[in-house]
Amino acid sequence: MEQGPAGGSAAAAAAGTGGLLLPLSESEQQRYSELFSRCCPPPEAAAGGSSVGELFRASQLPADTLHQITEVCGAKRVGYFGPTQFYIALKLIAAAQSGFPVRIESIKNELPLPQFVALKNDSEVRYGTPAELHGVKFQVPHTSLEKNSYKRTDEGDKQEPKSPPMSPICSPPASPSTYQRVPLSYGYGKSRSGLEQQHGAPYEVRHTTHQPDGPSSGNYGAKPALACSTLNRSLSGEREQQDSNAHYSDDPWRITEEQRDYYINQFRSLQPDLNSFISGSVAKNFFTKSKLPIPELSHIWELSDVDCDGALTLPEFCAAFHLVVARKNGYQLPETLPETLVPEYLQAASLKPMRDCALFDSYSESLPGGQQTRDFSRTEKTAAEEVPDSSALLQDGKKDDKQALKVSTDLKTIPKEFQHLTVKTAAQESNTLKARPRSRSYSSTSIEDAMKKGEEPPTPPPRPQKSHSRASSLDLNKIFQQNAQAVRSGWLPPPPPALPPRPSLSQEVVIAQPPSKPARRKLRTETQGLETPELSPTISVTSSLPAVKPHLPVQKQSSKQKRAIQTAIRKNKEANAVLARLNSELQQQLKEVHKERIALETQLEQLRPVTVL
Amino acid sequence: MSKFPKMNYPLYIRSIPTENELKFHYTVHTSLDVVDEKISAMGKALVDQRELYLGLLYPTEDYKVYGYVTNSKVKFVMVVDSSNTALRDNEIRSMFRKLHNSYTDIMCNPFYNPGDRINSRAFDNMVNSMMMQVC
Repeated sequence: MEQGPAGGSAAAAAAGTGGLLLPLSESEQQRYSELFSRCCPPPEAAAGGSSVGELFRASQLPADTLHQITEVCGAKRVGYFGPTQFYIALKLIAAAQSGFPVRIESIKNELPLPQFVALKNDSEVRYGTPAELHGVKFQVPHTSLEKNSYKRTDEGDKQEPKSPPMSPICSPPASPSTYQRVPLSYGYGKSRSGLEQQHGAPYEVRHTTHQPDGPSSGNYGAKPALACSTLNRSLSGEREQQDSNAHYSDDPWRITEEQRDYYINQFRSLQPDLNSFISGSVAKNFFTKSKLPIPELSHIWELSDVDCDGALTLPEFCAAFHLVVARKNGYQLPETLPETLVPEYLQAASLKPMRDCALFDSYSESLPGGQQTRDFSRTEKTAAEEVPDSSALLQDGKKDDKQALKVSTDLKTIPKEFQHLTVKTAAQESNTLKARPRSRSYSSTSIEDAMKKGEEPPTPPPRPQKSHSRASSLDLNKIFQQNAQAVRSGWLPPPPPALPPRPSLSQEVVIAQPPSKPARRKLRTETQGLETPELSPTISVTSSLPAVKPHLPVQKQSSKQKRAIQTAIRKNKEANAVLARLNSELQQQLKEVHKERIALETQLEQLRPVTVL
Repeated sequence: MSKFPKMNYPLYIRSIPTENELKFHYTVHTSLDVVDEKISAMGKALVDQRELYLGLLYPTEDYKVYGYVTNSKVKFVMVVDSSNTALRDNEIRSMFRKLHNSYTDIMCNPFYNPGDRINSRAFDNMVNSMMMQVC
């Protein structure tokens, strides 16, 4: 059979119809694939019979014609409406609407697009506006993938498509091979990436405007049609690719359910225990198969491995995979982990296991975005996990390990941690446990041979404020006693500048700062992180911020600046204090020297009359 | 600031806004000799975290050089202007600690081969922010 013309994109619909190669023009392809995707509820690779029936009826052809079409296109023979059948059916409908007899030969001609009535409602009803963007746009790469796999299975076994669309790809064969299938379609996309970028914007516009129009746009069909063709697509395929690109533009960093399921399946293939993690080398091999350049993979890893332990848990893996997918579809990698990737997969983490301390030495990371994600992960982690003391202790042990290995923290990120701590209303004890040791390790090492600086006399901690139900009262009392001692001790230098939490937060935070300072001093004296969890809950309480995540990004940015200023202020204050003390000491010495001088002079006077004479 | 692995080739070099990069490169390379000397002098000393910080290597002309060695013999060298007297010792230490931490984060990345040049954006950001703080 003939191949499609080079100018258009040739849709080689083989096998299903016994080797019939359909020449489809571009517009036809778009339309058909869009229709197919509409008839095809997101996860399936084949159009549902009822929706196809509806579509056919909307073509306003007589029923027996429709039956004929169904028969001819081969759906009856194979038992379901696969993409090839569907396309042939659409073509036949167009032919029938143009008055041609329903035969295979008739569709070889150039035909107008089949007309369907009342299809708009169909699509709108099915998807709904907000989901439409998402569902449809996500559908497209999925349908493309499924069609890709479908294409391959055409040659051999006919895979029964099932939801999620990725599963036909991944489930029967071994995962590496399935993954290779996926990147094949993605790699295909990537080869177009240069062109995609340029056209992404206009197509995005077209998409958003066309989506309400429903069937008339026909852009959506691009990618599935693309995938349907052979992989050796000419440049004409780029346009379809760009359309799929635009799909992501609405929210490229959000993982849909199908994607998540797919990622979970892939994770399972690498690591059967969903609660465990994939080691670095395994993940490396896996992601290398995606054929992205190593620096990009490295960057993706940096973004997604938020706790920097060289291993990927399920959420981290999902994020990494999503980034890979996005990158292959032409999206530039962000500098920091996008928010949607962070909380989503963190929430998806049902239970992050207690990582073996032996498995990693996690240093404090200085990734800006990663920092907050780590905090989130910690907070989420502990929120998800039980808050019993056992887990807290385990965390403690883990954190102590971290501590022992770690040297310092990025000071600026510590206040951020505290921000997060205030946001989280769940058990923050373990969180702060993690947060505190970091600051503590820094302070302990830096202070030990620090010059003796005068500390600014902190205002007495507002103890009553701290007595909140969140923290266990016993530990709190212990802390306060130790705090008092620490305050009295006096010689301890003030806490590191950036530690005073979140100046950007409400004014209550200002009051919270002195509490944090004595808290830190106590930490140094204690060298145990057990009390820290209690402290941070109190601090979080005093700040009493509502746990609203959207506030965080704004807070962080302004807090960063304020933190910088605070840092500078603190440093200056320290310097001032030091100089003041030095000054006083020198004054003292000066006085003494004066006294000596006077004494010597009087002695001289007394002795002189003796000699003068 | 720059960092060198065992064979003393630079993995990463970054300069603060001043433009005479070449001079800094030269300074850094010459300071490597001092670093090596100190390392050999340490001998069997316990490789404590504190001792990894080599301190002021030598003050020359108008700038000072600080050194820091990790357990894996990766050296960090920092050159700062002498006019920048606000930099205290513990601040230098903290900066080296941050560098060390970022470096270990990079190491965690399975795609990073030890001995490669460091291309991590996160690391760059961290270094830049640190230098901005100082200048």
